[in-house]
Amino acid sequence: MSLMTEITIFVLAAFVGFEVISKVPTTLHTPLMSQTNAIHGIVMLGGLIVAGYANDPIEQVIAVIAIAFGAINIVGGFMVTDRMLGMFVRKPKEKPAESSTDASGSSGSEEG
Amino acid sequence: MLDLPSAVLKPGGDAAAALYILAFSCFIFGVRQGTHPTTAKRGNLIAAGGMAVAVATTLLLDGIGNWGLIALGLGIGTAVGVIASIRVQMTEMPQMVALYNGVGGGAVALIAWSEIRHGLSIGEDFPLDTLIPILFSAVVGSVSFWGSLIAFGKLQGILPGQPVKAPGQQILNAGLLVGIVVACVVLSVNADDPSQALFIAVLVAAAILGNLVVLPIGGADMPVVISLLNAFTGLSAAAAGFALDNVALIVAGTLVGSSGTILTLEMAKAMNRSVGNVLFAGFGGAPAGGAAASAEERPVVSIGAQDAAIKLAYADSVVIVPGYGMAVAQAQHSVKEMADELEKRGVTVNYAIHPVAGRMPGHMNVLLAEADVPYEKLREMEDINHEMPRTDVAVVIGANDVTNPAAKNDPDSPIAGMPIIEVNEAQQVIVIKRSLSPGFAGIDNDLFYEPNTSMLFGDAKKVATDVAAEIQEL
Repeated sequence: MSLMTEITIFVLAAFVGFEVISKVPTTLHTPLMSQTNAIHGIVMLGGLIVAGYANDPIEQVIAVIAIAFGAINIVGGFMVTDRMLGMFVRKPKEKPAESSTDASGSSGSEEG
Repeated sequence: MLDLPSAVLKPGGDAAAALYILAFSCFIFGVRQGTHPTTAKRGNLIAAGGMAVAVATTLLLDGIGNWGLIALGLGIGTAVGVIASIRVQMTEMPQMVALYNGVGGGAVALIAWSEIRHGLSIGEDFPLDTLIPILFSAVVGSVSFWGSLIAFGKLQGILPGQPVKAPGQQILNAGLLVGIVVACVVLSVNADDPSQALFIAVLVAAAILGNLVVLPIGGADMPVVISLLNAFTGLSAAAAGFALDNVALIVAGTLVGSSGTILTLEMAKAMNRSVGNVLFAGFGGAPAGGAAASAEERPVVSIGAQDAAIKLAYADSVVIVPGYGMAVAQAQHSVKEMADELEKRGVTVNYAIHPVAGRMPGHMNVLLAEADVPYEKLREMEDINHEMPRTDVAVVIGANDVTNPAAKNDPDSPIAGMPIIEVNEAQQVIVIKRSLSPGFAGIDNDLFYEPNTSMLFGDAKKVATDVAAEIQEL
């Protein structure tokens, strides 16, 4: 790919990014952040590629650490985002007449 | 065994390119779905699916080998990621995000190093459109890795949360930055045979810079720092995409860069400070001499849980203003119980969330969502400020500077101009707080001394539980 094509993609992606992300409400900024965090874990692809031509031990160690770092970033990021967003999903309607002990009991059990 | 010639994709070929385009489309669509709580969870799954496509495509590329190394790295990373994300508490989310962000930046820097080593070992020339992105990703990745680790340490309480300041720090930082740029120029000029030793020196200098920039920043400024580091890692990933000619990396990295930039600017705006001021002024921590010293003994009205319960139970509308102090006291569930008691009596309860109420953007919303507060009740600052004059009682729990009317009324205040939740406009204010001690900005809060303000001293969790019990007995 030519450099100019790549720069074109970069500039367009920046505009799309600003456009899409400015529509995310503040309530969801923490999950947004951890989700975009997981997305930049895509650098792990670079780790996979350099692992392919890692010949000396130092390069091999670097590749393993880079892949492990990227995998932590991806797996941890998406999982923790999923956990957080699960809390924003509306639960089945609680009857307002329920006593507070019931309410606190059920909210406690849903945390796990 | 893993030799699958029919399934192997040509690097840079159309099939691989198409799959990468599919992957980044999933990222953009996934983030787009994040604009509403009901679709956000599915959006996250779509983005994760895009990531799976990107990883699978790369594994099928011709030239990918050393499967043992790949399996080892993937195994370690997946195990750590799964365990960490299951164990983490919602109050610890900022440091978790900082850590994930850091390892992402670290991966970028390591990949850059590996590319330099590999190019040198096969005696290959580096075209400038490869070398410059490599250098950029190495520097920014390294800054991001170390900066994020320091942010993690501060948020986790391993390092002091207070600003750590040393004389001449700015000059040292500037010197490091100039040195890094000069070294990168030298490396680029000798693109036919760049010195690996100089490259490693650049990585180390960037590491020191990352440490020095974040160390002086105090805990309450972390929302800006974390957002900024997120933007940095995103941009370094995009640069890695330029170096590797990988369109998925460019788009994904740029998307993250945009997101981090938007959040950084929003957080800085919410504190009425420039990003440069947050990074380099070492604000807060030490009491700002003049303001703190002039705080003479002023009378406050102190009430107990029963008085507070009466005020709240006979109100029509109550607005709860939570701050980081509520999260520290782990009081969110008790506060929800108190709100439930009020709602049972027909009181309208809303929550006013200041943009920097937690330790990262939107943190307070997550903490309250965890306590089962419906997201419709989580109101943004500008929105709820219009309703403050019609609010009977505002309850401030563990928040301080973000409610200080001095930000509006006193042009000489260090926080002058900072947008605040205008609780002083409410008919009555109850402040639940341990003591009258100043908040992060180190200044006295005029709100505490206003005639319609009552102080309810104590631990937020215990006080909220007590008030809930008192309301129940009325």
